[in-house]
Amino acid sequence: MLNYSWLILLFPAVGALFNAFWGRRLGPRLVKLVANAAVLASFVVAVLMAISLQALPASAHGQFELTLWPWIHSGDFRVDLAMLIDPLSVVMALVITGVGFVIHLYAAEYMKLDDEHQPLDDRRYARFFVYLNFFILMMLTLVLANNFLQMYVGWEGVGLASYLLIGFWFHKPSAADAGKKAFIVNRVGDFGLALAIMWLFFLLGRDAGSLAFNDIFHALDGATLAVKSALGGVTLLLLLAATGKSAQIPLFVWLPDAMEGPTPVSALIHAATMVTAGVYMIARTHPLFELAPGTMTIVAWIGAITALMAASIAMVQTDLKRILAYSTISQLGYMFLAVGVGAYAAGIFHLTTHALYKALLFLAAGSVMHALHGELNIDLMGGLKAKMPRTYWQFLIGAAALAGFPLLAGFWSKDEILYFTFQQNKALYAIGLGTAFLTAFYSFRAVFRAFAGKPRDQHLYEHAHEQSQGMVAPLWVLAFGAVFAGLIGIPAAVGGLFGLEESHMLEQWLHPVFADVSLPSLPVVWELSLLAGSSLVALLGIYLAYARYVQQAGWTLFLQRLFTPLQSLLEHKYYVDELYTAVIVNPLRTLATFFYRFSDQTLIEGIVNGLGRVTMVVGGGVARLQSGMVGLYALSVLVGVVGLLALMFLVG
Amino acid sequence: MNLPHIDFSVITPELIVIATALVVMLAEFVGAHATPSPTRSHRIALIALLGLVLAALAAVAGLGRAATDIQGMLVADDLGRYLELVVLLAAALGLLLAWDYLPQFTKMHSEYYALYLLAVVGMMFMGKSTELITLFVSLEILSVALYVLTGFHRGQLAAGEAALKYFLLGAFSSAFFIYGAALLYGDTGSTHLVDIAARASGGFLTLAGLALLLVGFGFKLAVVPFHMWTPDVYQGAPTPVTAFMSVGTKAAAFVALFRVLQAAGVSYATWSLVLALLATLTMTWGNLAALRQSSLKRMLAYSSIAHAGYMLIGVTAGMQLGLSAVLFYLFAYAFMNIGAFAVVSLLERPGYHATQDATIDAARGLFARKPLLAVVMAIFLLSLAGVPPLAGFFGKLYLFNAAVQSGWIWLAIVGMINSVVSAYYYLRVTVLMFMTEADETSFLRSPLSNATGLAIAVAMVGTLLLGIFAGPWLQQLGQAALAFAGS
Repeated sequence: MLNYSWLILLFPAVGALFNAFWGRRLGPRLVKLVANAAVLASFVVAVLMAISLQALPASAHGQFELTLWPWIHSGDFRVDLAMLIDPLSVVMALVITGVGFVIHLYAAEYMKLDDEHQPLDDRRYARFFVYLNFFILMMLTLVLANNFLQMYVGWEGVGLASYLLIGFWFHKPSAADAGKKAFIVNRVGDFGLALAIMWLFFLLGRDAGSLAFNDIFHALDGATLAVKSALGGVTLLLLLAATGKSAQIPLFVWLPDAMEGPTPVSALIHAATMVTAGVYMIARTHPLFELAPGTMTIVAWIGAITALMAASIAMVQTDLKRILAYSTISQLGYMFLAVGVGAYAAGIFHLTTHALYKALLFLAAGSVMHALHGELNIDLMGGLKAKMPRTYWQFLIGAAALAGFPLLAGFWSKDEILYFTFQQNKALYAIGLGTAFLTAFYSFRAVFRAFAGKPRDQHLYEHAHEQSQGMVAPLWVLAFGAVFAGLIGIPAAVGGLFGLEESHMLEQWLHPVFADVSLPSLPVVWELSLLAGSSLVALLGIYLAYARYVQQAGWTLFLQRLFTPLQSLLEHKYYVDELYTAVIVNPLRTLATFFYRFSDQTLIEGIVNGLGRVTMVVGGGVARLQSGMVGLYALSVLVGVVGLLALMFLVG
Repeated sequence: MNLPHIDFSVITPELIVIATALVVMLAEFVGAHATPSPTRSHRIALIALLGLVLAALAAVAGLGRAATDIQGMLVADDLGRYLELVVLLAAALGLLLAWDYLPQFTKMHSEYYALYLLAVVGMMFMGKSTELITLFVSLEILSVALYVLTGFHRGQLAAGEAALKYFLLGAFSSAFFIYGAALLYGDTGSTHLVDIAARASGGFLTLAGLALLLVGFGFKLAVVPFHMWTPDVYQGAPTPVTAFMSVGTKAAAFVALFRVLQAAGVSYATWSLVLALLATLTMTWGNLAALRQSSLKRMLAYSSIAHAGYMLIGVTAGMQLGLSAVLFYLFAYAFMNIGAFAVVSLLERPGYHATQDATIDAARGLFARKPLLAVVMAIFLLSLAGVPPLAGFFGKLYLFNAAVQSGWIWLAIVGMINSVVSAYYYLRVTVLMFMTEADETSFLRSPLSNATGLAIAVAMVGTLLLGIFAGPWLQQLGQAALAFAGS
């Protein structure tokens, strides 16, 4: 069966091409059928891959490489177009196609209206699904690649898809700008990846004759000390790439703006899948990171600080999607923290649960946005519970999972990260726990502000209505996941309480990939106390939100006044955008203007255009010699004969 | 009387094509009421196509076998077989273009296809000739057939003019060719290339003989300054004929040129410099003149002059590397050039007049009207311009590489500069297709017939595959070149 794994790539590719060529003629019904069927088919393949992977003999170390065709062969160096199918890539493929399929279903309904709430024309509808299928294809290429170069192709491909989809409403300047911003900021990170791959090629790839993950990691065994110390640089560059794609400090600024894209895009690309590519990449290349402890520490700290910073910004945002965007950055920070402390399986676990509940939150927010004709300001909402009960429940479940409400998906995965962090570094743990508190607060702030209380804008409230089944129904799948997905990763300590022998299925599933990593463990009592601590913090956060926004208790107002000086800082998102503009954008622009005006326009264009003009003039002259007179033609031959004879005798 | 022993296996593909030509000619008289109709025409075309395919199979079957010959006049070696394959490929593609094009303006289908097949035979013989008289006769077979085919659109002034010009100038240059052969005979007492190689004096007669032979080749290859007929003829001839002869004639003439040069009796240093200068002149002239053309067919005519110039670089580079590069280029050129002509044939207004045939304006907004066709055309044009990873890119790469390897660095640079210039006129069409709106000047013959569609598809696949599998294919051709150069 695994020999047919390429089908997983084929389906979205065919879907995208089909809709690209015939989408306009087919009409929206067939377009969505094709696009959704393609992703569903890929999901089925992913499931079959997961099943057949277990049937592999032990000697295979849980992985299977499928070479599709030779790509680059040059001397001893070869890179094939090949798939690396192992537990890690299969988990990613399942998340991408599974969550992706639900989002496709939702989008089929959601995209019937454009950003101004008018019916969307068929052409753009088809284009949307072309992009969406293309994204799935590229994301799968990224996670299923067996070598660095192919991963790079996927990496750039998802960047392109992201750019196209953020700017999908390109007639809106803000959307077009957001697309550009995402692309340019990501470019910084992508450059890091390119450099890292080149450096790896010189360090290891050249001698190994390959850039395949297995070959490179294999070559690490015999690597000299100099090579190993250079890995610090390589991993830093990889980290730079990861911070770009996964929106971490210092390259996180593009993600909030990316919310200009249609909501399904925010859910699929900018929450559930693409932004996790950085985490995946670090997990995939963990043998390199393991040899660079310095970088690991940096990864963990970047993750923790990003998590805290983004969560604090999320507390004061009033735009529903932006709250979720900052929350995504913050949650990605947790994942970075996890891989930074070496708990790769925990990182992937959190990645999986996050994909489910964050997609759920985004799609529910999309339903709200549709209901309110594009309004996303939570200050103008309130009381929506009565109007949209099902959406309310969906959002509530998502928010609870995000907040780490005990026993829900986010609770287990976040706690596992905190558990491993606790053993490594207490300061990081403290930041993580603090962030958990903020997370619980801001997620329920959103719930209470939007759905509870009295409507603050009567006009909007009057028009609000529950969305059609096509949009509401798929979300129940995600809601189910947000509640129960945690069960695949129940820690042994808890499992033991219930007499479960098989606990933490995900970790065991991923074991072949991370077999080389060993993590310390704590006594069961400690583990349980940490769990209790996390639960308490989450509940406290939720209570604070309740007291502030539902009860409107006096002491909470006092608290708020206490933090007023901080609020302005948070509302301006720590002035990072302004800082980048002043330090990077403006000086570059000045320099660019100089080069443009002087060297490009005057010097180079002068030369190039001059050459072009001369060529055209000469061409015109040459063409005019062709008069159509046979006599002249014969004369030309004669001149040629004489010339040729003369030339022959001259040289001969 | 002793009949000379003739090994007919040497010319199996040619015999098949000749037999097909005879069948096609007789097909006119089959059936009681032999009224010409498109169906009838298709039936004849199908017979012709089958003949071409059979001949190609025969050629493929012979690949890799040891070289055999008939009295030292015709040789069947791998070089010859690859040449046959290029010619047959071009012929088959051109035939598919004629499939629905021909019934538009004539009822003489048998004549057309019979002449067409005879031109094919002439080309195949030409590439296998190792003796000057045989070479000349096959040259004339293909030329006479092409003269008639050029003027096949009889109601057209432009077609008649083109045919007459082609005929007059062709006869003119043939005279030089046969005179050159006579001088070489005078020098060596033989017309066999082997003997010429062995006995040439290297003096006046050899030099002059070779120079005059080059004039004959130069005319067929459209080498500047023997190229003046090309734009008029390519424009006036029916587009399928133009497409076919732009590739087939070149292929035959290039291979024959290699055979003659190997036996030239004149040192490499002598003829290579002459060819380098001709190559430079041809590329530059062709590309510059193409810049200002407003007719697509004329533009492609000048472009084909330029491409002959590129391939001359390969000839200059000499036997093994140069020959395999030229062979590769011929295959690539067959796909991309005939593909481009195929699309051009769709942009021609029916019953056109020479001054208003497929103009580049006809391509306006093609992408909006037929996106797939526009993309395919863009691929052909980009390949002609030499953009990676298409066939044309690797073709040029190998030619320039051969030049650099044999020390002709300046020639390779001239070739590259020329590629840049050529990009202008290829891209101009692409820009019109993609970035302008359709207006009253745009035109597209519709519906797209299956035969034309098939031709375009084959050309497209070939253009892509030769780009993807460039390395292995070059190696394959390289063996034929090595066998030839070493013989």
